[in-house]
Amino acid sequence: MTSLGTFSGRGRRHLLVHPWSLGLLGILLVFGLWATISSLGVVDQLFLPSPAAVFLAGQEQLAQGQLVADLVASIRRVFGGFALSALVAIPLGIAMGANTTLCRLLEPLLGILRYMPAPAFIPLLIIYFGVDELPKILLIFIGTLFFNTLMIMDAVKFVPSELIETALTLGGKRADLLTRVIAPYIIPQALDAFRVNMAAAWNLVIVAELVAAEDGLGKRISLAQRFLRTDQIFLGLIVIGIIGLLIDLGFRMLMRRRCSWAQ
Amino acid sequence: MDLILDGVCKSYPQSRGSLAILDDINFSIHTGQFVALLGSSGSGKSTVMRLVAGLEFPSNGRITFDGLPVGGPGSDRGMVFQKYSLYPWLTAAQNVAFGMELQGLPRLEVRERTAYFLEVVGLRDAGGRLPRELSGGMQQRIAIARALAAQPKLLLLDEPFGALDLQIRESMQEFLYQLWQQTGLSVLLITHDIDEALLLAQQIHVLAPRPGRIVRSLMVDFDHGDMMALRLSTPFLERRQELANGLRQLDGTLT
Ligand SMILES: Nc1ncnc2c1ncn2[C@@H]1O[C@H](COP(=O)(O)OP(=O)(O)OP(=O)(O)O)[C@@H](O)[C@H]1O
Ligand SMILES: [Mg+2]
Repeated sequence: MTSLGTFSGRGRRHLLVHPWSLGLLGILLVFGLWATISSLGVVDQLFLPSPAAVFLAGQEQLAQGQLVADLVASIRRVFGGFALSALVAIPLGIAMGANTTLCRLLEPLLGILRYMPAPAFIPLLIIYFGVDELPKILLIFIGTLFFNTLMIMDAVKFVPSELIETALTLGGKRADLLTRVIAPYIIPQALDAFRVNMAAAWNLVIVAELVAAEDGLGKRISLAQRFLRTDQIFLGLIVIGIIGLLIDLGFRMLMRRRCSWAQ
Repeated sequence: MDLILDGVCKSYPQSRGSLAILDDINFSIHTGQFVALLGSSGSGKSTVMRLVAGLEFPSNGRITFDGLPVGGPGSDRGMVFQKYSLYPWLTAAQNVAFGMELQGLPRLEVRERTAYFLEVVGLRDAGGRLPRELSGGMQQRIAIARALAAQPKLLLLDEPFGALDLQIRESMQEFLYQLWQQTGLSVLLITHDIDEALLLAQQIHVLAPRPGRIVRSLMVDFDHGDMMALRLSTPFLERRQELANGLRQLDGTLT
Protein backbone atom coordinates (compact mmCIF):
# COMPACT_ATOMS: atom_id res chain seq x y z
CA MET A 1 0.00 0.00 0.00
CA THR A 2 2.65 2.48 0.99
CA SER A 3 4.55 1.97 -2.23
CA LEU A 4 1.63 3.66 -3.97
CA GLY A 5 2.26 6.88 -2.12
CA THR A 6 4.60 8.31 -4.72
CA PHE A 7 2.02 7.92 -7.48
CA SER A 8 -1.03 9.01 -5.55
CA GLY A 9 -1.32 12.21 -7.56
CA ARG A 10 -2.01 10.35 -10.79
CA GLY A 11 -5.06 8.14 -10.90
CA ARG A 12 -4.19 6.00 -13.92
CA ARG A 13 -0.67 5.26 -12.80
CA HIS A 14 -2.15 4.45 -9.44
CA LEU A 15 -4.45 1.78 -10.82
CA LEU A 16 -1.74 0.29 -12.98
CA VAL A 17 0.70 0.03 -10.11
CA HIS A 18 -1.74 -1.74 -7.83
CA PRO A 19 -0.40 -5.30 -7.45
CA TRP A 20 -3.77 -6.88 -8.17
CA SER A 21 -4.54 -4.99 -11.33
CA LEU A 22 -1.13 -5.80 -12.76
CA GLY A 23 -1.68 -9.48 -12.01
CA LEU A 24 -5.06 -9.29 -13.71
CA LEU A 25 -3.43 -7.63 -16.68
CA GLY A 26 -1.01 -10.53 -17.02
CA ILE A 27 -3.86 -13.01 -17.04
CA LEU A 28 -5.89 -10.96 -19.53
CA LEU A 29 -2.90 -10.70 -21.86
CA VAL A 30 -2.58 -14.48 -22.13
CA PHE A 31 -6.33 -14.82 -22.48
CA GLY A 32 -6.33 -12.22 -25.25
CA LEU A 33 -3.52 -14.03 -27.04
CA TRP A 34 -5.45 -17.27 -26.81
CA ALA A 35 -8.66 -15.65 -28.14
CA THR A 36 -6.80 -13.98 -31.02
CA ILE A 37 -4.96 -17.08 -32.14
CA SER A 38 -8.07 -19.24 -32.06
CA SER A 39 -10.19 -16.66 -33.89
CA LEU A 40 -7.55 -16.32 -36.64
CA GLY A 41 -8.06 -20.00 -37.29
CA VAL A 42 -4.36 -20.77 -37.76
CA VAL A 43 -4.51 -23.65 -35.27
CA ASP A 44 -6.88 -26.57 -35.59
CA GLN A 45 -9.91 -26.29 -33.25
CA LEU A 46 -9.10 -29.76 -32.03
CA PHE A 47 -5.77 -28.62 -30.64
CA LEU A 48 -6.79 -25.17 -29.51
CA PRO A 49 -10.48 -24.78 -28.66
CA SER A 50 -11.79 -21.23 -28.59
CA PRO A 51 -12.61 -19.52 -25.28
CA ALA A 52 -16.27 -19.69 -26.29
CA ALA A 53 -16.08 -23.46 -26.78
CA VAL A 54 -14.50 -23.90 -23.35
CA PHE A 55 -17.16 -21.65 -21.85
CA LEU A 56 -19.86 -23.76 -23.48
CA ALA A 57 -18.29 -26.95 -22.17
CA GLY A 58 -18.39 -25.38 -18.72
CA GLN A 59 -22.04 -24.45 -19.08
CA GLU A 60 -22.90 -27.93 -20.21
CA GLN A 61 -21.10 -29.59 -17.31
CA LEU A 62 -22.62 -27.15 -14.86
CA ALA A 63 -26.11 -27.89 -16.14
CA GLN A 64 -25.54 -31.62 -15.83
CA GLY A 65 -24.28 -31.10 -12.31
CA GLN A 66 -21.09 -32.86 -13.27
CA LEU A 67 -18.72 -29.97 -12.66
CA VAL A 68 -19.92 -29.51 -9.10
CA ALA A 69 -19.85 -33.25 -8.41
CA ASP A 70 -16.26 -33.48 -9.71
CA LEU A 71 -15.24 -30.46 -7.72
CA VAL A 72 -16.69 -31.85 -4.52
CA ALA A 73 -15.01 -35.21 -5.08
CA SER A 74 -11.57 -33.68 -5.70
CA ILE A 75 -11.81 -31.13 -2.91
CA ARG A 76 -12.89 -33.81 -0.44
CA ARG A 77 -9.84 -35.90 -1.27
CA VAL A 78 -7.46 -32.97 -1.06
CA PHE A 79 -8.80 -31.73 2.25
CA GLY A 80 -9.08 -35.19 3.74
CA GLY A 81 -5.51 -36.13 2.86
CA PHE A 82 -4.12 -32.75 3.77
CA ALA A 83 -5.91 -32.57 7.12
CA LEU A 84 -4.52 -35.99 7.99
CA SER A 85 -1.05 -34.85 6.98
CA ALA A 86 -1.28 -31.65 9.04
CA LEU A 87 -2.60 -33.59 12.01
CA VAL A 88 0.53 -35.75 12.02
CA ALA A 89 2.99 -33.07 10.84
CA ILE A 90 2.19 -30.51 13.56
CA PRO A 91 2.99 -32.66 16.60
CA LEU A 92 5.80 -34.54 14.82
CA GLY A 93 7.42 -31.36 13.50
CA ILE A 94 7.23 -29.67 16.89
CA ALA A 95 8.65 -32.73 18.63
CA MET A 96 11.52 -32.96 16.13
CA GLY A 97 12.24 -29.25 16.36
CA ALA A 98 12.30 -29.29 20.15
CA ASN A 99 14.13 -32.59 20.68
CA THR A 100 17.59 -33.06 19.20
CA THR A 101 17.61 -36.84 19.63
CA LEU A 102 14.32 -37.27 17.82
CA CYS A 103 15.47 -34.90 15.11
CA ARG A 104 18.72 -36.81 14.52
CA LEU A 105 16.77 -40.06 14.47
CA LEU A 106 14.12 -39.01 11.95
CA GLU A 107 15.51 -36.17 9.83
CA PRO A 108 17.60 -38.34 7.47
CA LEU A 109 14.69 -40.76 7.08
CA LEU A 110 12.24 -37.98 6.20
CA GLY A 111 14.89 -36.45 3.97
CA ILE A 112 15.03 -39.65 1.92
CA LEU A 113 11.27 -40.18 1.87
CA ARG A 114 10.74 -36.63 0.74
CA TYR A 115 12.71 -37.28 -2.43
CA MET A 116 10.65 -40.30 -3.39
CA PRO A 117 8.08 -38.96 -5.86
CA ALA A 118 4.66 -39.51 -4.33
CA PRO A 119 3.01 -40.60 -7.63
CA ALA A 120 5.40 -43.58 -7.65
CA PHE A 121 3.51 -44.83 -4.60
CA ILE A 122 0.25 -45.10 -6.56
CA PRO A 123 0.79 -48.69 -7.76
CA LEU A 124 1.60 -49.82 -4.24
CA LEU A 125 -1.39 -47.99 -2.79
CA ILE A 126 -3.68 -49.56 -5.38
CA ILE A 127 -2.33 -53.03 -4.59
CA TYR A 128 -2.80 -52.44 -0.86
CA PHE A 129 -6.07 -50.55 -0.78
CA GLY A 130 -7.77 -50.95 -4.16
CA VAL A 131 -9.18 -48.02 -6.08
CA ASP A 132 -11.47 -46.49 -3.43
CA GLU A 133 -11.08 -43.19 -1.68
CA LEU A 134 -8.51 -44.41 0.85
CA PRO A 135 -5.53 -44.78 -1.53
CA LYS A 136 -6.13 -41.29 -2.96
CA ILE A 137 -6.31 -39.72 0.49
CA LEU A 138 -3.20 -41.65 1.52
CA LEU A 139 -1.36 -40.49 -1.57
CA ILE A 140 -1.96 -36.86 -0.62
CA PHE A 141 -1.02 -37.70 2.94
CA ILE A 142 2.30 -39.25 1.86
CA GLY A 143 2.98 -36.54 -0.67
CA THR A 144 2.66 -33.67 1.80
CA LEU A 145 3.54 -35.18 5.19
CA PHE A 146 7.31 -34.99 4.90
CA PHE A 147 7.38 -31.44 3.58
CA ASN A 148 4.90 -30.25 6.20
CA THR A 149 6.83 -31.94 9.00
CA LEU A 150 10.25 -30.68 7.97
CA MET A 151 9.01 -27.13 7.47
CA ILE A 152 7.35 -27.07 10.89
CA MET A 153 10.47 -28.57 12.43
CA ASP A 154 12.56 -25.77 10.95
CA ALA A 155 10.18 -23.13 12.26
CA VAL A 156 10.46 -24.59 15.76
CA LYS A 157 14.25 -24.69 15.58
CA PHE A 158 14.35 -20.98 14.89
CA VAL A 159 12.23 -19.86 17.82
CA PRO A 160 14.57 -17.25 19.40
CA SER A 161 16.11 -18.64 22.57
CA GLU A 162 15.41 -15.36 24.40
CA LEU A 163 11.69 -15.98 24.05
CA ILE A 164 12.03 -19.45 25.54
CA GLU A 165 14.36 -18.33 28.31
CA THR A 166 12.21 -15.33 29.20
CA ALA A 167 9.27 -17.66 29.80
CA LEU A 168 11.45 -19.81 32.05
CA THR A 169 12.64 -16.84 34.12
CA LEU A 170 9.03 -15.68 34.47
CA GLY A 171 8.11 -18.95 36.15
CA GLY A 172 7.06 -20.97 33.09
CA LYS A 173 7.22 -24.76 33.04
CA ARG A 174 8.29 -26.93 30.10
CA ALA A 175 4.66 -27.52 29.10
CA ASP A 176 4.03 -23.76 29.02
CA LEU A 177 6.82 -23.33 26.50
CA LEU A 178 5.00 -25.48 23.97
CA THR A 179 1.58 -23.90 24.24
CA ARG A 180 2.50 -20.31 25.05
CA VAL A 181 5.73 -19.69 23.18
CA ILE A 182 6.51 -22.26 20.48
CA ALA A 183 2.99 -22.79 19.12
CA PRO A 184 2.08 -19.11 18.72
CA TYR A 185 5.50 -18.31 17.29
CA ILE A 186 5.33 -20.89 14.49
CA ILE A 187 1.70 -20.35 13.43
CA PRO A 188 2.54 -17.93 10.58
CA GLN A 189 5.27 -20.20 9.22
CA ALA A 190 3.07 -23.27 9.56
CA LEU A 191 0.29 -21.53 7.65
CA ASP A 192 2.75 -20.57 4.96
CA ALA A 193 4.05 -24.13 4.74
CA PHE A 194 0.50 -25.39 4.37
CA ARG A 195 -0.21 -22.84 1.68
CA VAL A 196 2.80 -23.95 -0.35
CA ASN A 197 2.26 -27.67 0.16
CA MET A 198 -1.41 -27.40 -0.69
CA ALA A 199 -0.32 -26.88 -4.29
CA ALA A 200 1.40 -30.28 -4.19
CA ALA A 201 -1.76 -31.82 -2.79
CA TRP A 202 -3.72 -30.52 -5.77
CA ASN A 203 -1.20 -31.92 -8.20
CA LEU A 204 -1.40 -35.29 -6.52
CA VAL A 205 -5.17 -35.56 -6.46
CA ILE A 206 -5.31 -34.93 -10.18
CA VAL A 207 -2.62 -37.52 -10.80
CA ALA A 208 -4.46 -40.05 -8.66
CA GLU A 209 -7.71 -39.38 -10.50
CA LEU A 210 -6.03 -39.66 -13.88
CA VAL A 211 -4.86 -43.14 -12.92
CA ALA A 212 -7.94 -44.58 -11.32
CA ALA A 213 -11.15 -42.89 -10.20
CA GLU A 214 -14.91 -42.76 -10.72
CA ASP A 215 -15.17 -39.01 -10.49
CA GLY A 216 -13.15 -35.86 -9.86
CA LEU A 217 -11.57 -33.21 -12.04
CA GLY A 218 -8.67 -35.45 -13.01
CA LYS A 219 -11.03 -38.20 -14.08
CA ARG A 220 -12.95 -35.75 -16.25
CA ILE A 221 -9.76 -34.69 -17.97
CA SER A 222 -8.71 -38.24 -18.72
CA LEU A 223 -12.18 -39.04 -20.12
CA ALA A 224 -12.03 -35.91 -22.26
CA GLN A 225 -8.76 -37.14 -23.69
CA ARG A 226 -10.38 -40.37 -24.75
CA PHE A 227 -13.03 -38.45 -26.73
CA LEU A 228 -10.61 -35.79 -27.98
CA ARG A 229 -12.61 -33.11 -26.15
CA THR A 230 -9.84 -30.55 -25.74
CA ASP A 231 -12.44 -27.97 -24.72
CA GLN A 232 -13.18 -30.11 -21.64
CA ILE A 233 -9.47 -30.55 -20.92
CA PHE A 234 -9.00 -26.78 -21.05
CA LEU A 235 -12.01 -26.35 -18.79
CA GLY A 236 -10.62 -28.81 -16.24
CA LEU A 237 -7.21 -27.13 -16.21
CA ILE A 238 -8.71 -23.67 -15.77
CA VAL A 239 -11.00 -24.80 -12.96
CA ILE A 240 -8.10 -26.48 -11.16
CA GLY A 241 -6.04 -23.31 -11.49
CA ILE A 242 -8.83 -21.12 -10.14
CA ILE A 243 -9.49 -23.40 -7.16
CA GLY A 244 -5.79 -23.44 -6.35
CA LEU A 245 -5.63 -19.67 -6.51
CA LEU A 246 -8.66 -19.35 -4.23
CA ILE A 247 -7.12 -21.69 -1.66
CA ASP A 248 -3.88 -19.74 -1.80
CA LEU A 249 -5.73 -16.47 -1.28
CA GLY A 250 -7.69 -18.04 1.56
CA PHE A 251 -4.48 -18.95 3.37
CA ARG A 252 -3.07 -15.49 2.78
CA MET A 253 -6.20 -13.89 4.17
CA LEU A 254 -6.17 -16.13 7.22
CA MET A 255 -2.58 -15.12 7.75
CA ARG A 256 -3.34 -11.41 7.47
CA ARG A 257 -6.24 -11.74 9.86
CA ARG A 258 -4.68 -13.97 12.50
CA CYS A 259 -1.00 -13.14 12.29
CA SER A 260 -0.85 -9.43 11.66
CA TRP A 261 2.09 -9.30 14.06
CA ALA A 262 4.28 -11.30 11.67
CA GLN A 263 3.69 -9.12 8.65
CA MET B 1 22.71 -12.23 52.22
CA ASP B 2 20.73 -12.78 49.09
CA LEU B 3 22.85 -13.91 46.18
CA ILE B 4 26.30 -15.41 46.61
CA LEU B 5 28.71 -16.48 43.89
CA ASP B 6 31.49 -18.53 45.41
CA GLY B 7 34.46 -19.48 43.25
CA VAL B 8 32.36 -19.73 40.12
CA CYS B 9 34.14 -20.99 37.00
CA LYS B 10 32.66 -21.68 33.58
CA SER B 11 34.28 -23.35 30.64
CA TYR B 12 32.97 -24.76 27.39
CA PRO B 13 34.28 -28.00 25.92
CA GLN B 14 36.29 -27.57 22.74
CA SER B 15 37.77 -29.94 20.20
CA ARG B 16 40.92 -30.07 22.35
CA GLY B 17 40.44 -29.49 26.07
CA SER B 18 38.12 -26.72 27.11
CA LEU B 19 37.80 -22.97 26.82
CA ALA B 20 37.68 -21.08 30.13
CA ILE B 21 35.12 -18.26 29.99
CA LEU B 22 34.90 -17.36 33.69
CA ASP B 23 37.56 -17.89 36.31
CA ASP B 24 36.91 -17.79 40.06
CA ILE B 25 34.11 -15.25 40.23
CA ASN B 26 33.23 -14.19 43.78
CA PHE B 27 30.70 -11.57 44.77
CA SER B 28 27.42 -11.23 46.54
CA ILE B 29 24.33 -9.04 46.46
CA HIS B 30 22.47 -8.13 49.62
CA THR B 31 18.75 -7.56 49.72
CA GLY B 32 17.95 -4.21 48.14
CA GLN B 33 21.46 -3.67 46.81
CA PHE B 34 22.23 -2.37 43.33
CA VAL B 35 25.34 -4.02 41.91
CA ALA B 36 26.89 -3.48 38.49
CA LEU B 37 29.16 -5.79 36.55
CA LEU B 38 31.36 -3.72 34.25
CA GLY B 39 33.41 -5.20 31.44
CA SER B 40 34.21 -4.93 27.77
CA SER B 41 32.54 -7.01 25.09
CA GLY B 42 33.25 -10.72 25.36
CA SER B 43 34.45 -10.55 28.96
CA GLY B 44 31.75 -13.00 30.04
CA LYS B 45 29.18 -10.64 31.53
CA SER B 46 26.20 -12.32 29.96
CA THR B 47 27.55 -15.67 31.03
CA VAL B 48 27.58 -14.56 34.68
CA MET B 49 23.99 -13.45 34.30
CA ARG B 50 22.89 -16.69 32.68
CA LEU B 51 24.49 -18.65 35.50
CA VAL B 52 22.69 -16.56 38.10
CA ALA B 53 19.42 -16.94 36.21
CA GLY B 54 19.91 -20.71 36.20
CA LEU B 55 19.88 -20.94 32.40
CA GLU B 56 23.36 -22.47 32.58
CA PHE B 57 25.39 -24.12 35.32
CA PRO B 58 28.88 -23.41 36.64
CA SER B 59 31.66 -25.85 35.81
CA ASN B 60 33.01 -25.19 39.27
CA GLY B 61 32.00 -23.27 42.36
CA ARG B 62 28.62 -22.54 43.85
CA ILE B 63 25.82 -20.06 43.35
CA THR B 64 23.31 -19.75 46.17
CA PHE B 65 20.23 -17.59 46.30
CA ASP B 66 18.52 -17.09 49.64
CA GLY B 67 20.62 -19.91 51.04
CA LEU B 68 19.61 -22.44 48.38
CA PRO B 69 21.78 -23.54 45.45
CA VAL B 70 20.52 -22.27 42.09
CA GLY B 71 19.14 -25.34 40.30
CA GLY B 72 17.43 -23.76 37.29
CA PRO B 73 15.50 -20.73 36.17
CA GLY B 74 12.75 -19.39 38.41
CA SER B 75 10.51 -16.38 38.82
CA ASP B 76 12.44 -15.20 41.91
CA ARG B 77 15.16 -14.00 39.50
CA GLY B 78 13.63 -11.83 36.80
CA MET B 79 15.67 -11.16 33.72
CA VAL B 80 15.76 -8.52 31.00
CA PHE B 81 17.78 -9.55 28.00
CA GLN B 82 20.30 -7.62 25.98
CA LYS B 83 18.20 -8.10 22.86
CA TYR B 84 14.55 -7.14 22.76
CA SER B 85 12.65 -10.19 23.86
CA LEU B 86 8.98 -9.22 23.90
CA TYR B 87 6.56 -11.77 22.48
CA PRO B 88 5.78 -10.23 19.10
CA TRP B 89 2.25 -11.67 18.91
CA LEU B 90 1.19 -10.23 22.27
CA THR B 91 0.30 -6.62 22.96
CA ALA B 92 2.37 -4.63 25.43
CA ALA B 93 -0.20 -5.30 28.17
CA GLN B 94 -0.35 -9.01 27.35
CA ASN B 95 3.43 -9.15 27.53
CA VAL B 96 3.36 -7.58 30.99
CA ALA B 97 0.68 -10.05 32.06
CA PHE B 98 2.56 -13.05 30.64
CA GLY B 99 4.53 -14.01 33.75
CA MET B 100 1.59 -13.54 36.10
CA GLU B 101 -0.51 -15.79 33.91
CA LEU B 102 2.21 -18.43 33.89
CA GLN B 103 2.17 -18.30 37.66
CA GLY B 104 -1.59 -18.76 37.67
CA LEU B 105 -2.61 -15.52 39.35
CA PRO B 106 -6.35 -14.80 39.38
CA ARG B 107 -7.51 -12.93 36.31
CA LEU B 108 -8.65 -9.86 38.16
CA GLU B 109 -5.33 -9.51 39.93
CA VAL B 110 -3.46 -9.95 36.66
CA ARG B 111 -5.47 -7.14 35.13
CA GLU B 112 -4.91 -4.79 38.03
CA ARG B 113 -1.21 -5.48 38.31
CA THR B 114 -0.75 -5.15 34.55
CA ALA B 115 -2.30 -1.71 34.63
CA TYR B 116 -0.17 -0.82 37.63
CA PHE B 117 3.13 -1.84 36.04
CA LEU B 118 2.30 -0.20 32.73
CA GLU B 119 1.78 2.93 34.78
CA VAL B 120 5.08 2.40 36.62
CA VAL B 121 7.03 2.34 33.35
CA GLY B 122 5.01 5.26 32.03
CA LEU B 123 3.31 3.39 29.20
CA ARG B 124 -0.29 3.25 30.34
CA ASP B 125 -1.59 4.32 26.96
CA ALA B 126 0.56 1.90 24.96
CA GLY B 127 -0.93 -1.25 26.50
CA GLY B 128 -2.88 -2.20 23.38
CA ARG B 129 0.01 -1.89 20.96
CA LEU B 130 2.09 -4.68 19.48
CA PRO B 131 5.85 -4.66 20.17
CA ARG B 132 6.69 -3.75 16.58
CA GLU B 133 4.62 -0.61 17.05
CA LEU B 134 6.79 0.47 20.00
CA SER B 135 10.15 2.23 19.92
CA GLY B 136 13.22 0.43 21.28
CA GLY B 137 13.08 2.36 24.54
CA MET B 138 9.41 1.57 25.02
CA GLN B 139 10.04 -2.10 24.28
CA GLN B 140 12.74 -2.31 26.92
CA ARG B 141 10.47 -0.56 29.43
CA ILE B 142 7.76 -3.13 28.73
CA ALA B 143 10.33 -5.89 29.18
CA ILE B 144 11.25 -4.39 32.55
CA ALA B 145 7.59 -4.09 33.50
CA ARG B 146 7.07 -7.72 32.53
CA ALA B 147 9.99 -8.82 34.70
CA LEU B 148 8.80 -6.69 37.64
CA ALA B 149 5.22 -7.90 37.40
CA ALA B 150 6.35 -11.48 37.98
CA GLN B 151 7.51 -10.33 41.44
CA PRO B 152 11.18 -11.27 41.39
CA LYS B 153 13.42 -10.75 44.40
CA LEU B 154 16.38 -10.03 42.17
CA LEU B 155 16.25 -8.20 38.86
CA LEU B 156 18.90 -9.21 36.33
CA LEU B 157 19.52 -6.63 33.62
CA ASP B 158 21.82 -7.58 30.74
CA GLU B 159 22.85 -4.33 29.03
CA PRO B 160 19.19 -3.33 28.91
CA PHE B 161 19.87 0.04 27.30
CA GLY B 162 22.77 -0.97 25.07
CA ALA B 163 20.76 -0.70 21.87
CA LEU B 164 19.22 2.70 22.66
CA ASP B 165 20.53 6.06 21.52
CA LEU B 166 22.19 8.36 24.00
CA GLN B 167 19.28 10.58 24.97
CA ILE B 168 16.83 7.78 25.53
CA ARG B 169 19.51 5.85 27.36
CA GLU B 170 19.99 8.70 29.81
CA SER B 171 16.31 9.01 30.54
CA MET B 172 16.05 5.23 30.92
CA GLN B 173 18.88 5.32 33.42
CA GLU B 174 17.03 7.89 35.49
CA PHE B 175 13.90 5.83 35.18
CA LEU B 176 15.70 2.70 36.39
CA TYR B 177 17.24 4.50 39.33
CA GLN B 178 13.87 5.85 40.47
CA LEU B 179 12.31 2.46 39.99
CA TRP B 180 14.94 0.85 42.17
CA GLN B 181 14.40 3.45 44.88
CA GLN B 182 10.64 2.97 44.80
CA THR B 183 10.64 -0.82 44.82
CA GLY B 184 13.64 -1.65 46.98
CA LEU B 185 14.52 -4.54 44.65
CA SER B 186 17.94 -6.13 44.45
CA VAL B 187 19.44 -5.41 41.06
CA LEU B 188 22.35 -6.88 39.10
CA LEU B 189 23.08 -4.62 36.16
CA ILE B 190 25.43 -5.70 33.41
CA THR B 191 27.02 -3.00 31.34
CA HIS B 192 30.07 -1.94 29.37
CA ASP B 193 29.16 1.71 29.97
CA ILE B 194 31.25 3.25 32.78
CA ASP B 195 28.84 6.16 33.22
CA GLU B 196 25.91 3.85 33.60
CA ALA B 197 27.63 1.74 36.24
CA LEU B 198 28.81 4.78 38.21
CA LEU B 199 25.47 6.55 38.02
CA LEU B 200 23.29 3.69 39.14
CA ALA B 201 25.15 1.12 41.17
CA GLN B 202 26.22 1.08 44.80
CA GLN B 203 28.92 -1.41 44.05
CA ILE B 204 30.81 -2.12 40.83
CA HIS B 205 32.79 -5.21 39.91
CA VAL B 206 35.13 -4.84 36.98
CA LEU B 207 35.43 -7.90 34.79
CA ALA B 208 38.60 -8.52 32.76
CA PRO B 209 38.35 -10.74 29.68
CA ARG B 210 39.88 -14.08 28.66
CA PRO B 211 39.09 -15.65 31.00
CA GLY B 212 36.48 -13.44 32.64
CA ARG B 213 37.55 -12.56 36.16
CA ILE B 214 36.88 -9.78 38.63
CA VAL B 215 39.95 -7.56 38.83
CA ARG B 216 38.52 -4.76 40.87
CA SER B 217 35.55 -3.99 43.10
CA LEU B 218 34.57 -0.56 44.26
CA MET B 219 31.82 1.04 46.30
CA VAL B 220 30.11 4.12 44.91
CA ASP B 221 28.20 6.67 46.96
CA PHE B 222 27.32 9.74 44.98
CA ASP B 223 24.40 12.02 45.71
CA HIS B 224 21.89 10.94 43.10
CA GLY B 225 19.42 13.73 43.86
CA ASP B 226 20.03 15.42 40.52
CA MET B 227 21.32 12.93 38.03
CA MET B 228 21.85 15.47 35.27
CA ALA B 229 24.09 17.51 37.54
CA LEU B 230 25.82 14.40 38.82
CA ARG B 231 26.86 13.43 35.30
CA LEU B 232 28.82 16.67 35.04
CA SER B 233 30.10 16.99 38.61
CA THR B 234 33.87 16.93 39.20
CA PRO B 235 33.98 13.95 41.60
CA PHE B 236 31.94 11.90 39.14
CA LEU B 237 34.13 12.81 36.19
CA GLU B 238 37.31 12.09 38.14
CA ARG B 239 36.04 8.68 39.18
CA ARG B 240 35.02 8.01 35.63
CA GLN B 241 38.41 9.02 34.26
CA GLU B 242 40.18 6.80 36.73
CA LEU B 243 37.99 3.81 35.93
CA ALA B 244 38.41 4.38 32.20
CA ASN B 245 42.19 4.41 32.57
CA GLY B 246 42.01 1.16 34.50
CA LEU B 247 39.91 -0.49 31.80
CA ARG B 248 42.21 0.76 29.06
CA GLN B 249 45.19 -0.75 30.84
CA LEU B 250 43.32 -4.05 31.09
CA ASP B 251 42.80 -4.07 27.35
CA GLY B 252 46.38 -2.88 26.80
CA THR B 253 47.95 -5.78 28.66
CA LEU B 254 45.97 -8.21 26.57
CA THR B 255 46.60 -7.01 23.08
N1 LIG C 1 27.84 -21.71 24.40
C1 LIG C 1 29.09 -21.22 24.25
N2 LIG C 1 30.07 -22.00 23.75
C2 LIG C 1 31.33 -21.51 23.60
N3 LIG C 1 31.69 -20.25 23.89
C3 LIG C 1 30.75 -19.43 24.39
C4 LIG C 1 29.40 -19.86 24.59
N4 LIG C 1 28.71 -18.82 25.11
C5 LIG C 1 29.58 -17.80 25.20
N5 LIG C 1 30.80 -18.15 24.78
C6 LIG C 1 31.99 -17.27 24.75
O1 LIG C 1 32.15 -16.71 26.03
C7 LIG C 1 32.68 -15.40 25.95
C8 LIG C 1 31.90 -14.47 26.81
O2 LIG C 1 30.59 -14.37 26.30
P1 LIG C 1 29.50 -13.41 26.94
O3 LIG C 1 28.31 -13.43 26.07
O4 LIG C 1 29.30 -13.78 28.37
O5 LIG C 1 30.24 -12.00 26.86
P2 LIG C 1 29.68 -10.55 27.19
O6 LIG C 1 30.61 -9.93 28.15
O7 LIG C 1 28.25 -10.61 27.57
O8 LIG C 1 29.84 -9.82 25.80
P3 LIG C 1 28.92 -8.70 25.13
O9 LIG C 1 29.24 -7.41 25.82
O10 LIG C 1 29.36 -8.72 23.71
O11 LIG C 1 27.49 -9.12 25.32
C9 LIG C 1 32.68 -15.03 24.48
O12 LIG C 1 34.01 -15.08 24.01
C10 LIG C 1 31.84 -16.10 23.83
O13 LIG C 1 32.31 -16.39 22.55
MG1 LIG D 1 26.44 -9.98 26.70
